[in-house]
Amino acid sequence: MTGSPALTPPALSVQREGRPRLVVVGNGMAGGRLLEDILACDPQRFAITVFGEEPYGNYNRILLSEVLNGSQEAQNIFLNPLAWYAENGITLHAGRKVVRIDREQRRVYCEDGQSEPYDLLVLATGSKPFIPPIPGTTLRGVFVFRTLDDCRHIASYARQCQRAVVIGGGLLGLEAAKGLMTHHLDVTVVEMAPYLMSVQLDEAGGKVLGQTIERLGIHIRTATTTKEIVGHPHVTAVRFADGTEIPADMVVIAAGIRPNIDLARECGLACERAIVVDDQLRTSDPNIYAVGECVQHNGVVYGLVAPIWEQTKVLARVLTGSDPHARYTGSRIATRLKVMGVDLVSLGRIQDVQSSDEVVQFSEPARQVYWKAIIRNGRLHAACLLGDLGPADQLQRLFHSGAEVPQRRVEIFFPPAANAAPVTLADLPDTQQICDCNGVSKGTIVAAIRAGKCTLPAIGKATRAGTGCGSCKKIIKGLIECFADSVTPDPSEDWYVPAVPMDKPTLVAEIRRRGLKSVSAVLQELGQGEDEKSKNGLASLLKSLWGKEYIDERDARFINDRVHANIQKDGTFSVVPRMYGGVTTPDELIRIGQVAKKYQVPMVKITGGQRIDLLGIRKEDLPKVWADLGMPSGYAYTKALRTVKTCVGSEFCRFGLNDSTGMGIAIEKRFQGFEFPAKVKMAVSGCPRNCAEATVKDVGVVATEGGEWEISIGGAAGAHVRKSDVLCRVSSREEVLRIIGRFLIYYRDNAKWLERTYDFVPRIGLDKIRDIIVHDKLGLGEYLDAEVEKMAAAYVDPWLEREHPAYEGQFDGESRIPLPMVT
Amino acid sequence: MTIVLPLEKGGFAPMSSGEITYVTVGPVSAIPPGMGRAYHVGPHRIAVFRTRSGRVFATAQRCPHRGGPLADGMLVGEQVVCPLHAFRFDLHTGQCEQSHVCPVQTYPVDITPEGWIRIGIPTRFRSSEDVSPLLTSC
Repeated sequence: MTGSPALTPPALSVQREGRPRLVVVGNGMAGGRLLEDILACDPQRFAITVFGEEPYGNYNRILLSEVLNGSQEAQNIFLNPLAWYAENGITLHAGRKVVRIDREQRRVYCEDGQSEPYDLLVLATGSKPFIPPIPGTTLRGVFVFRTLDDCRHIASYARQCQRAVVIGGGLLGLEAAKGLMTHHLDVTVVEMAPYLMSVQLDEAGGKVLGQTIERLGIHIRTATTTKEIVGHPHVTAVRFADGTEIPADMVVIAAGIRPNIDLARECGLACERAIVVDDQLRTSDPNIYAVGECVQHNGVVYGLVAPIWEQTKVLARVLTGSDPHARYTGSRIATRLKVMGVDLVSLGRIQDVQSSDEVVQFSEPARQVYWKAIIRNGRLHAACLLGDLGPADQLQRLFHSGAEVPQRRVEIFFPPAANAAPVTLADLPDTQQICDCNGVSKGTIVAAIRAGKCTLPAIGKATRAGTGCGSCKKIIKGLIECFADSVTPDPSEDWYVPAVPMDKPTLVAEIRRRGLKSVSAVLQELGQGEDEKSKNGLASLLKSLWGKEYIDERDARFINDRVHANIQKDGTFSVVPRMYGGVTTPDELIRIGQVAKKYQVPMVKITGGQRIDLLGIRKEDLPKVWADLGMPSGYAYTKALRTVKTCVGSEFCRFGLNDSTGMGIAIEKRFQGFEFPAKVKMAVSGCPRNCAEATVKDVGVVATEGGEWEISIGGAAGAHVRKSDVLCRVSSREEVLRIIGRFLIYYRDNAKWLERTYDFVPRIGLDKIRDIIVHDKLGLGEYLDAEVEKMAAAYVDPWLEREHPAYEGQFDGESRIPLPMVT
Repeated sequence: MTIVLPLEKGGFAPMSSGEITYVTVGPVSAIPPGMGRAYHVGPHRIAVFRTRSGRVFATAQRCPHRGGPLADGMLVGEQVVCPLHAFRFDLHTGQCEQSHVCPVQTYPVDITPEGWIRIGIPTRFRSSEDVSPLLTSC
């Protein structure tokens, strides 16, 4: 084996001549980062060869859980693609494992017997999952969670499973559990310690975390030792030391990691729990260095990236000679994590408490908040914050600076007012502008409050403050609380939906800031309770906010929106196909008639919006009916653009001034599938006789003599009757489409859930809407136009789900189950 | 002993103290989390729900108010909201949140280790006079 040829590719050998040969064993996060740091110090210093066991470039292992839960594509987590190595003259042996180091000859040997000489060697072998010594860990359906391949195998195996058990309730285990939840598995996390995340949290904190996670539907079993994984040939259950067992179709082992030190130990390097290194990351052999999770520095083995980044930086300086005196003196571990939607900050080692330490704690069980700080010799030694990271910045400052903590220890968590908020609302000068949309100052608002206007709408009416984008409403409310003698407002009147106590701008900002992309996530993080109106409203909002990134949870939809049809009193559905502008053809009519006969439709009806309604269709027949119709959905069941009603117009009508049917069809084709906080009905009339009743629609268009189109908004003729307000006149079809598009997006963005345009337009004010939509005074025009493009491009006929149902049983009726014979 | 159940509708109602037979209706995986699904088990029209928290419940399929299909309702926590008129029923007890609405019948549920849903169906019945069918005023 030993005499094998060296592994130097000829293409690179020329430029490599004369430079010292650096070999790095390990191409994980530490190895990859070290290469980057070395190149940053001195790209020409070494001829570099890297061995990586996995057949890829290096990738961000931290994001593996996101690959597992599907929120990241595997290709997006690569840090350096294979081409990067070539571009930088680095020889990468991906998928080759180094099995032996010959320190005498200064050579590393691969599994296949080939070898590579080195002048300097760096071991960045990382760690491997710890597999507990119990029976059954080799059964089919048992996985570890460490590499990209593990992730893929878990995800693909999960498809055929219903119950998963994760062994290990640390960070990795919880990440795995979260990933499995997204595959709709019933997940149980088993932890040996009496509480979760025993490295970062103490018992009280771990229990708080456990409760929060259980509310997400993950079962937690702490203080539980796994004795055996049962099954043959694949796993069927997990058995515990107390004799109990739970069924499992798959098991993920995330019981911690162990440094990979076999290579180092076998060639005689000093190893304890990991490879022992000095402050320059040098091992007991002066030509061999080590970095990352496989090293033990000053008695400590690190398993997080932050310390490893510090190590690679020092090592790069030492190796390249750019700072030969660089030293790594250990890391103060500070991590900020999000575990299953729970915010967590961990500073130092919270377990490390001595009898002389002071412990300061705060907990608020109702909000799942838990804070703890350990003070040693007047300095912050360790801390954890769970659920609410309010004091995190201050604690991190104290932790990293090593400064003395405040004499009144309570100020660690609750800094005195002077340090906390720089100014309170009462302290703001009267000239401070509060409402930037309408230019209203604090003084004006306070004067209104003192004059008895003590609600948001009253202040809006008196001063216009808060009537624009609405983002200053919070401050105005604060001012009311500050300056009004007695306040009895109904706070929920401004909430977008009842279950989330925030108005729409605040909610949108929070959703964006926290990256919440599903209804369950919003309710989990921001909600108080749960109700059907809120779920619907949030689903609509999230879809418009995130577009393709929106995580569409069908259970957040009303039945109409799940099956794209309107439920009737007997549980059947009505089907209204799209008929642009209310114009149809003989062939279409014949098809509709045939469908109505074939499915024995009990009623065929012309709707108020000039469409044909087939009533009384059974849910299980919907896909077949749609397929037979061969027409797209008319959206007659949801909060979206419903119909554009038209009159015959100039094509046939002797009074017609312009092509209203053509205009109506163009509008309907442009905005079909657009969803809004409430339904939107439109109409186009070809002359002011207005046969299409355009002046009582959410958006109406009327042709006038002289070739212009008059656009009006905010009309209604239902329970509420309101003549629409004229927005503007324009002369071309393009302008009509642009103005309507801008108004629709502005409405979509600013209306409360279920707020129809007839409430929205007067609330915002016609003048202001005209300024924004027609005159573009806020400069929103480009954005609004772009949003129209985006929504138009995203349109997909929902009735195509007939081919690929969105979820199991989407169009299933009642399944008949025969009763068993009972004996 | 073999019990063959009569299939004419509304002719009987479960006896609270009666015997119960568990009938397998399908796998848990047939119901996406947060959704419901309707089964017609012998004479019983049953809605089975799987909450986001992973629990499975069963109630009568028809809402006691106007017969709305509860399996098509929206789940909020461990309540189901009827799709027709938004009456809410507790999945544990069947009680309606709004007053003056009858509770909905609930059925015991058992999940096998293999992940199959089994519904407890009463196997003894009262006579037809005792029935309080959906159409009576409540």
